[in-house]
Amino acid sequence: MFDLKRYSEAELESGKFTKLWHGPQHPGITGNMSLELTLSGDDVVECKTHVGYLHRGFEKLMERRTYIQNFPVVCRIAVPEPTFNEYMYAAAVEELAGIEVPERAEWLRCLNLEMMRLASFLMWLGGACGSFGMSTVYQWTVTHRDYMLDLFEEMTGARIYHMYISPGGVRAPLPDGFSERALSVMNGIEKLLYEIERVALNNHIFKMRSQDLGIIDPEMVDPYGIVGPNARACGFKRDVRKDAPYLVYDQLDFEVITADKSDAYTRTLVRYQEMHQCISLIRQMLEQMPTKGSFHADLPNVLHWKIPAGQTYVKSECTRGEYGYFLVSDGSEYLRRVTIRGPSYTHAIAVMEKLVVGVNIADVAGLMVSLHTYPPEIER
Amino acid sequence: MKLKDLTSPFYVWQRAFEKPYTQSKPTLNREGAHAYRGFHINDIEKCVGCGTCEEICMNNAIDMVEIAAKDSKKGDSGLVPRFDYGRCCWCALCVDICTTGSLRMSNEYTWAADDPDSFRFTPGVDETSWQDSEHGYRRHPEYDLLKLVRPEMEMLSPDEGLKSFDEVVAGYTHEQAVVEADRCIECEICVATCPANMDIPGYIRAVREENFEEGLRLLYDTNPFSATCGRICTHRCEDDCTISTFGKPLAIRWLKRYIVDQVPAERFAEILNDEITENGHHVSIVGAGPGGMSAAYYLRKKGYGVTVYEAGASGGGMLRYGVPSYRLPDDQLDKDIDYIVSLGVEVKYNTKIGHDIEFQQLMDKSDAIFIATGMDQPSSMRIKGEDHPRVLSGLTVLNDVASHKDPGVGKNVAVIGGGNVAMDAARVCRRLGADVTVLYRRRIVDMPADKDEIKEALEENCNFVLQAIPVLIEDAESSDQVTIQWGEAEMIAEDGKRPRPVLQEDRMHTDTYDSIISAIGQSGDFSFLPQEISDQLKQHWGKFEVDQRQRTAVGKIFIGGDIANDVADAISAIADGKNAAIGIDAFVSS
Repeated sequence: MFDLKRYSEAELESGKFTKLWHGPQHPGITGNMSLELTLSGDDVVECKTHVGYLHRGFEKLMERRTYIQNFPVVCRIAVPEPTFNEYMYAAAVEELAGIEVPERAEWLRCLNLEMMRLASFLMWLGGACGSFGMSTVYQWTVTHRDYMLDLFEEMTGARIYHMYISPGGVRAPLPDGFSERALSVMNGIEKLLYEIERVALNNHIFKMRSQDLGIIDPEMVDPYGIVGPNARACGFKRDVRKDAPYLVYDQLDFEVITADKSDAYTRTLVRYQEMHQCISLIRQMLEQMPTKGSFHADLPNVLHWKIPAGQTYVKSECTRGEYGYFLVSDGSEYLRRVTIRGPSYTHAIAVMEKLVVGVNIADVAGLMVSLHTYPPEIER
Repeated sequence: MKLKDLTSPFYVWQRAFEKPYTQSKPTLNREGAHAYRGFHINDIEKCVGCGTCEEICMNNAIDMVEIAAKDSKKGDSGLVPRFDYGRCCWCALCVDICTTGSLRMSNEYTWAADDPDSFRFTPGVDETSWQDSEHGYRRHPEYDLLKLVRPEMEMLSPDEGLKSFDEVVAGYTHEQAVVEADRCIECEICVATCPANMDIPGYIRAVREENFEEGLRLLYDTNPFSATCGRICTHRCEDDCTISTFGKPLAIRWLKRYIVDQVPAERFAEILNDEITENGHHVSIVGAGPGGMSAAYYLRKKGYGVTVYEAGASGGGMLRYGVPSYRLPDDQLDKDIDYIVSLGVEVKYNTKIGHDIEFQQLMDKSDAIFIATGMDQPSSMRIKGEDHPRVLSGLTVLNDVASHKDPGVGKNVAVIGGGNVAMDAARVCRRLGADVTVLYRRRIVDMPADKDEIKEALEENCNFVLQAIPVLIEDAESSDQVTIQWGEAEMIAEDGKRPRPVLQEDRMHTDTYDSIISAIGQSGDFSFLPQEISDQLKQHWGKFEVDQRQRTAVGKIFIGGDIANDVADAISAIADGKNAAIGIDAFVSS
């Protein structure tokens, strides 16, 4: 007989509790994962996060492919923001192989990353509003995300999986007239953000439902490994872009955005301001970026590219916080091991399981989205 | 609670008066971005079937397949990529690495079909609506995954080179060799082009991995004249190297040389470990040139007793007497020959068939005979006065120099011809201190000589007079000199045929030289063959007719080298030798 006791501290046989699977087929879940909720009436008593619906074995796949063959693989690790994976992989390989990336490539990479951050936030903002019943906003943001995808299509040749940042640099420079089109899309998004501020962030219902929902205690941040906007919302001034600047972030003007209380509403506000920040960074980069010069380093023959034995950990600030790649090479044509550390791992499992206790079932989706998690990142 | 928080959401209604975001037919009304990675396009005319796309594809979505529409041509595997869109992820690495630039992508978004198998298709062969699309992803010109630049080979400057008969080419350094070997994409197109079908990607890999012993073994599998070929091979493999579409072809010849140079001759036996089990049969070989010695090597490895008859005083044939030592030093040729002899091959020098031993004796005592006597008789210019004592043959000059004799060419020499012998004769004369004029009846592009040789001859200040047809040779005022009359020629093409030089009789010139060297071709001397055998052997344009294994109409006679193949270069002779060994083995054991 299946021993329920082993999995739950609640008296499940007492008849006072209901078990509910929130996901994997649920619109309020952030992807193919599920929350196994134990409910007492409408309130959550206990939560278990289940993953495994999306396991594609990326880390193992990468051990069976050459260094160049891996860069089209890594983008699939996080569907809404492939670029961060591309950059992390490329940066790690370059560090192991001792390759110097041309300056222009760094600018192009940085632009690509910030555009990705904005597109990812747009999708997220729609989800955050949608999960509190405002699906109109979702339609707006997804539209404008599509305009971003048009820009990606022009810049990289693909809409979702760009495969643009390859070890050594990027695959193409900006097409003619890209800046003007990008700036016009930025203006549209900026206008949209002010509209969303009016209809969603200033919406009394939104505030009622999201304020004081899933408060992250500042004391939780370090023990639970909380990073990114989730940590910044409760006052931690932590951002890899500032703390350990990579690419050209040290040449750009921006401040780390923080707030003093990390509940679902404040986290939304912090991300909302970061979207404005993205637009500002993109504008700065389009203005300052060099338009001439090489955008790809000279690589050895990629068909039999061997990298000396070594290991490295590289990190960057992705939409959800610090994102890290640990690569081990053994001198052969293949990676010995790769481990990907994404913030979703703690946010969706340990943090979620703790915050969701006592929350009304109707707010579980909103809480989950406010933590901004991606299941594919958990099960690489 | 503020009043604004209650009223502002109604702002949404403003949208009711705006145009919708959506389009009714987005894929029809909106074209893909200029560089969108859509469906594949392959230019079959350009594609050589190198298979690099198949190699780099991380999904194994590409298979190289044979198609009926494509003629197999030189430097082309006859294969084309077939894509499986059930596997493809449109990363376009195949486009980035395409060696010929034949592969690109359209900016097409959608493809619907009711037959799932149709998504496994061969672009350029199967009809697609996007085949002629102008847009779509193609490799950016400044982004290249292929390595196109060849390390510069260190060479003696033309001035220094002229001072001696020292080898001109220095050979690669270790770093250069590894960098050069790294450029190989292992497409194996060169293997099919090489007459000896050497495992070129294999030994290049050995250089890359710095495993020279393995490299030497791979070389000797197909070519026992590796030190020689590493220097003077006509390297047709490099002509077909797929990297040469956009860059410099791999320096295959110099890499071969690098392997042999790394292994000292005394270690050959230990590394190659050629174990010989005698099989009791005996084969006679006529001529100790590359063809004969190559056959001797492979026959000896199969356990045959081998006797080689050589008219000259040492082995190597045309490699020794026809190739000057600044291109192939004697010690390098000796390295190859000594190893073959060390396996127990008996070589009888200074033994001319028909003079010192009758051909019939060979027929009687051998199970098979391989003839590779080469072409050592200079062809005639068929003009009046060519028997003038100041007219020398190119081969004689080279032969004299190789035997350390002074050919006595004088200070002002004309060389007639455009082949390798002409170039060698000209460069040898430059080293002997003469001013050299090369007269050739066609253009530089028509010259049969190696491009390197032509380039180096020009660098060494040989004066090229092109489209010049000699007409008459006569006595000059001084008995030490000779006068040549020649006319300018126009290249005239008739009915799309190769242009032919036509003498312009109104533009004649007369020049006087200390000597004239005729190097317009060679032919073979087969007087040693008894009449009844010679009658049975079929000839065509001065070459013996043989099958793939060098077998002739006369049972036990096999023929190879310059007297059987049309190309008449060292590597073809070596390949003939190996083929003959296989043919003889099959013949003797049947």
